[in-house]
Amino acid sequence: MEKNKKVKKLTFISICATVAILLSYVEVLLPPIFAAVPGIKIGLPNIAIIFVLYRFGIGEAVAVSFVRIVIISMLFGNPMVFAYSVAGAFLSLLIMTLLKKLDFFSKVGVSVAGGVSHNIGQILMAMLLLETAEIGYYMIVLTFTGIISGSLIGLCAAYLLKCLPMKKI
Amino acid sequence: MSKKNAVETAEENSKRKIKNDIIFIVALILIVALGTLCYFLFGREGDMVKVTIDGELFGEYSLSEDNVIEIRWGESFNILVIENGKARIESASCPDGICVSHRAISRSGESIICLPNKVVVSVSFSDEKNQPDIIA
Repeated sequence: MEKNKKVKKLTFISICATVAILLSYVEVLLPPIFAAVPGIKIGLPNIAIIFVLYRFGIGEAVAVSFVRIVIISMLFGNPMVFAYSVAGAFLSLLIMTLLKKLDFFSKVGVSVAGGVSHNIGQILMAMLLLETAEIGYYMIVLTFTGIISGSLIGLCAAYLLKCLPMKKI
Repeated sequence: MSKKNAVETAEENSKRKIKNDIIFIVALILIVALGTLCYFLFGREGDMVKVTIDGELFGEYSLSEDNVIEIRWGESFNILVIENGKARIESASCPDGICVSHRAISRSGESIICLPNKVVVSVSFSDEKNQPDIIA
């Protein structure tokens, strides 16, 4: 019985990872929102990540996030893409976990913080790799879009968590 | 009775969190607005562009004269065009083409960054070159 439960959990988390990868793929297919400023993304995979973070916990969220990044980098990217993605995901997961623990914000607030910190992580990585501080100017635009997309993603994740009750998993 | 109370506290709790969310988002928007304001207040038109590859200086070019520069590094290349006081990337070997679709830059501090080729094109002032960096 206990084993059965474990298998169920593993299967469910694997499905979440698949969904995260698919959402990344959908995002790759989408046309750029704003061609003048590259790097703006909706952050669709974050729906799956936030879902896993709230339903299971930090360990599972890190696993899903890592699997997603490895697979997406192998399929569409290169080592550089991997480095940027890891930097963004690490900071974003760190901030989201802290805020979730503090229990100060709802899922929308956590998602906004996650989106913005994802951008900050990537910018910091770019500063490190390119050895330039000029890219910091991007932060203004990226923070603004991060707020909008983070709110929407947070609402989606909150709705999903409400609609998928714990008992059925 | 206690159950009802629990429901009420949960509701209050979620209301408090939503309030916190709104404060947080407004604060972030204010930071962005402040950043934008600073950008337009202190951002001036630059007069030269600096090209670096992987952190190393490739060259510096004046914005006042039209120019076409081929930034070549190994097998990768970016063609930089300076036209009417603005700099843009005409074509490049990178797969994403983000640098090519970036709009032309002319304000100080603005930059076009090609991540795959590690090329950074940024606008600066020629007279500021020897000044100490006052930003801590």
